[in-house]
Amino acid sequence: MSARKSKTHPERLLAQPAILMLFAWMIVPLLMTVYFSTQYFNLLYPKKSSFVGFENFVYFFTYPSFWTSVVNTILLVGSVLAITVVCGVLISVLVDQHFPGQGIVRMLLISPFFVMPTVAALAWKNLLMNPVSGFFAWVAQLFGLTPVNWFADWPLLSVIFVVAWEWLPFAILIFVTALQSMDREQKEAAQMDGARTWDVFWHLTVPHLRRPIAVVVMVEAIFLLNVFAEIFVTTNGGPGDATTNVPFVVYTQALLEFDVGAASAGGLVAVVLANIVAVFLIRLIGKTLTER
Amino acid sequence: MSPAKSRRKNLNAVRIVAAWAVGVAMFFPIFWMLLTSFKTELDAFSMPPRFAFRPTLENYEQILARANYMHYAWNSVATAGGATILGMLVAVPAAYAFAFHPTKRTRGTLLWMLSTKMLPGVGVLVPIYLIARDTNLLDSRTALVVIFALTNLPIMVWMIYTYFRDVPMDIVEAARMDGASTWEALRHVLLPVSRGGLASTALLCLILSWNESFWSLNLTTSNAAPLTALVASFSSPEGLFWAKLSAVSTLACAPILVLGWLSQKQLVRGLTFGAVK
Repeated sequence: MSARKSKTHPERLLAQPAILMLFAWMIVPLLMTVYFSTQYFNLLYPKKSSFVGFENFVYFFTYPSFWTSVVNTILLVGSVLAITVVCGVLISVLVDQHFPGQGIVRMLLISPFFVMPTVAALAWKNLLMNPVSGFFAWVAQLFGLTPVNWFADWPLLSVIFVVAWEWLPFAILIFVTALQSMDREQKEAAQMDGARTWDVFWHLTVPHLRRPIAVVVMVEAIFLLNVFAEIFVTTNGGPGDATTNVPFVVYTQALLEFDVGAASAGGLVAVVLANIVAVFLIRLIGKTLTER
Repeated sequence: MSPAKSRRKNLNAVRIVAAWAVGVAMFFPIFWMLLTSFKTELDAFSMPPRFAFRPTLENYEQILARANYMHYAWNSVATAGGATILGMLVAVPAAYAFAFHPTKRTRGTLLWMLSTKMLPGVGVLVPIYLIARDTNLLDSRTALVVIFALTNLPIMVWMIYTYFRDVPMDIVEAARMDGASTWEALRHVLLPVSRGGLASTALLCLILSWNESFWSLNLTTSNAAPLTALVASFSSPEGLFWAKLSAVSTLACAPILVLGWLSQKQLVRGLTFGAVK
């Protein structure tokens, strides 16, 4: 164990490239974002930049689309989390038994996770959700219903469905793995004692899944706060600003309006939102690190 | 058979059917896309949808011939592959130092690395875009390789760290006692025993880079545009050819889907930073 404790080890330098690269990647651009957020700086008029204090933030906070985008972000993240956790737990309990074709069913279940976002969004929007020739329209007609014009009438809900479909496999993958480490004997003993399926689920399975659920919620939240491509290729934030989330509003300001100052202010808001989640996640993972 | 037993048996049958139904439903959009890719454009739009049709390869032929598919595919291979190689070269030594020569600050450094993963892309979109523009790296594969490697680096260091931590210290020390240098110990002892873990780390980085679609959409236009961007170009109304969209999507997703199936068990570890095994 001496090597683990002794102080001077050239091997420690091996961590430096990774640390320096991540430092450059995180700190330098972030400081630039902070700096830009205090400037009037438009790429169309690069000569006219000047210090404006908090004006960019004031602009953002009084910009109606911005608050819509915050609400949309919360709705998107919240709904996808709710759908993936609830459905994920139920589905993983369902497939957590030996049955013919179990391996194939699991492969089918996790497949959407590996589909790239642009493909998932366009396949759903066109092949499934198109009100005239989409598969869902056909199913609706089979039941004598009027096909729903998904992306026109329920834009945010449509985006939520697409993103939930992409992330449900992640939840299933984690929960299935976690269930495998569950104490089978305890479960069987409870069943012998006449406990009902519901009781076993509620008093044994759900408590066992508490930590995996927390991990899923937080890891997904990090990625869901950044949803961009799905909106970019389907609704472009619209109609109006119905599907504009925070990443999208920042993108609009930066690369369409070329307003670097305002985009930077918006970017910082996104950083703050992400940090709120990050604090919880880091604490949880930090705990697991010391547990061993 | 007692009534309770037969009830249980029926219940089991119901569960099996339900499990299959859910699996098929989740996979259906991918299956439907695959099916549509073999239809003519006319069949792809037909209502009611055609389940029986004369399959055609014309969409694939046209995608390969006209849409310059190979250019985009090469960009995806080069950027995802390059990022994986670069990431592994930086992550393996770092994980080695953290696992075998930890200090008081190791835990904090690891958690800090993780926290960089939580920095939203839009928070640094403007500076990165401007830096790329001023260094002539806009629309270049180099920029994507570096960015993909950096965004995945925290996950890779963590994942490799958890594999290295499972390797008994004694084997590495024994090699050092026999006079092996750090490099030799790493190469001949550590890397062979953690081969599986390293492979799945690389695979995860490859999958995430291949599907990354924030930076690839915002920093490329044509020269370095990977498959995510090619698929996105089908979103314009005038380009709505469903059969061709399906064909290009199938080509873009198939390799990664297969890799994903092969590595599903190991992915859990990487994606949860070792918190669920």
